[in-house]
Amino acid sequence: MDPDLSAPHSMGTTIIGVTYDGGVVLGADSRTSTGMYVANRASDKITQLTDNVYVCRSGSAADSQILSDYVRYFLNQHTIQLGQPATVKVAANLVRLFSYQNKNMLQTGLIIGGWDKYEGGQIYSVPLGGTVLKQPFTIGGSGSSYLYGFFDQAWKDGMSKDEAEKLVVKAVSLAIARDGASGGVVRTVTINAEGVTRNFYSGNSLPLWHEELEPRNSMLDILLSGASPEPMSI
Amino acid sequence: MEKARVDLPPKGGFSFDLCRRNEMLTKKGLQLPGFRKTGTTIVGLIFEDGVILGADTRATEGPIVADKNCEKIHYMAPNIYCCGAGTAADTEAVTDMVSSQLQLHRYATRRESRVITALTLLKSHLFSYQGHVSAALVLGGVDITGPHLHTVYPHGSTDTLPFATMGSGSLAAMAVFESKYKEGLTREDGIQLVGEAICSGIFNDLGSGSNVDVCVITKGKTDYLRNHQLPNPRTYISSRGYSFDRGHTEVLSTKITPLKLKAEVVENDAMEE
Repeated sequence: MDPDLSAPHSMGTTIIGVTYDGGVVLGADSRTSTGMYVANRASDKITQLTDNVYVCRSGSAADSQILSDYVRYFLNQHTIQLGQPATVKVAANLVRLFSYQNKNMLQTGLIIGGWDKYEGGQIYSVPLGGTVLKQPFTIGGSGSSYLYGFFDQAWKDGMSKDEAEKLVVKAVSLAIARDGASGGVVRTVTINAEGVTRNFYSGNSLPLWHEELEPRNSMLDILLSGASPEPMSI
Repeated sequence: MEKARVDLPPKGGFSFDLCRRNEMLTKKGLQLPGFRKTGTTIVGLIFEDGVILGADTRATEGPIVADKNCEKIHYMAPNIYCCGAGTAADTEAVTDMVSSQLQLHRYATRRESRVITALTLLKSHLFSYQGHVSAALVLGGVDITGPHLHTVYPHGSTDTLPFATMGSGSLAAMAVFESKYKEGLTREDGIQLVGEAICSGIFNDLGSGSNVDVCVITKGKTDYLRNHQLPNPRTYISSRGYSFDRGHTEVLSTKITPLKLKAEVVENDAMEE
C-alpha cells in the first residue's frame, strides 16, 4: 500500500502529564506520521512556552506548532508586563482561549504542565474543542486509549520525583507497544522549584512487554562478521 | 457625499470564487489541467562543517516529463538554500517570496540571515493557506548560530533533523540515509552519501529522474554543484550523433513572403498622452 505522502502531518502520539510532590513530569513518544509513513521518528513533542511552563502537543503537527508559537509570544509579552514569571494557570488559559475560539479550524489536543511559586506543580489538559481541566494527572493522543486502565491501577497521590518519572516512562512504553501511531523514543521533562530537566530514553532501553521479541542482529551483520548464521529457533 | 457602506480593503489570500464553477465544469465532464509537479527526491544532511542539500532534476506533468533538467535547489540567502517538492509553481513562488523578505530583513538589520527566520516566514505563510500551497521543502543553511536543517510540510508543520528527505522518492532516499548516515561526516563522504540517496530516488521512483544537483553550505562559503552527477546520459545509436544536412528531407514546394513593416512609430507626441 502506498504511503500517502500528501496527507497532513499528524502526531499519532502518546502524551502524559503527571504531578508529583514538588512538581510535574511531562512525557511523550517521538513519532510524527504522514499517512502511513513515519515522517520524523525522533520528534520533540514537548515544547517550551516559558522557563517554567511546557506543553505536550498531539494531533495535527502544524496546528499544534502554530498554536504553541502564538501562546509563547503572548506569554512572553505577559511576563514582561507582569514583571515576574507567568503562572501555569495563565499559560493554560491562553492555550484554551486559542483552542476554543478557533475550534473549527484546529485539530490539536494539548497538555500544559509547569511549576510556579503560588500553586506549585500543576497539570492542565486542553483537549479538542478547547475545554480546560486541572487534573493531578492526564493522558492524551491516540496511544492514551491503552493507558486508562493502567493509570486507574498505577496512579497514586504524593509520589516522589523518581516514582513519577518511572511511571511516565513505563506508561509511554506500554502505549508504544500497542499503538501503531506512537513509537520511537520516550522524552520526559521534569519541572519543579529547582528548574527544568530533560530526559531521553532510547527505544532499546525500554522494557519488553507481552510477545515483544528481543532485537536480533540482521542476517547481513551475522554474515559479515564471518560466523555461520544460527538457524532460527521456534 | 456619504457612502452608504464603507468599502473594505481588498483581502489578501487565495480567492475561492471560481472553485464552484470548476466543480460544475468537472461534473459536466471537463478534464481539469493537471498541475506541473516536481515528482522529486530532495534530501539534506548535516556534516562536520555545515549542510549539504541534494535534489534530482525531473519535473513531471502527470505521466510526461515536462523538464529533464530543472533546478530544485532554490536560493534563499547567500548562506541559506531550499530544496522544493510538490507543485513547481508553489515552491518557486514561496521560495522567491521568502528570499525577497529575507533580503529586506538583511537591509533593515544589517546582519546575515538566520535559517530560523526563513523557517518562520515559510511556516506562517504555508499555515495560513491551510495546505493549499502545495510546497514541501528541505531548508538548510549555516548562520552565526551554526548549521541547521529543517523540513517544511504544506500544512505548515516543521521538523528539525540531522538528515531529511522529501518528495515521492523520499522513502528510497531515506532508506539510504538510515543505513549509512553518521554524525560528523567529511565533505567528500557527505557529498557521496547525498549523491547515493538521490540516485536511489532517481532509479527507484518514477517521479524522479535525470541528474543530481548538490549544494554544499559551510560557514562563509556555498558551493552550488549543478549537475554534480549525470547518471542518465542520452545514448545515440551512432557515437558521432546525427547530422541533418540539406537533402535529407525532400522539399516539395517553396514560398517566400517578406515581412513588411505595417506599424509606424509616432514620434514626439507618443509619451505626452
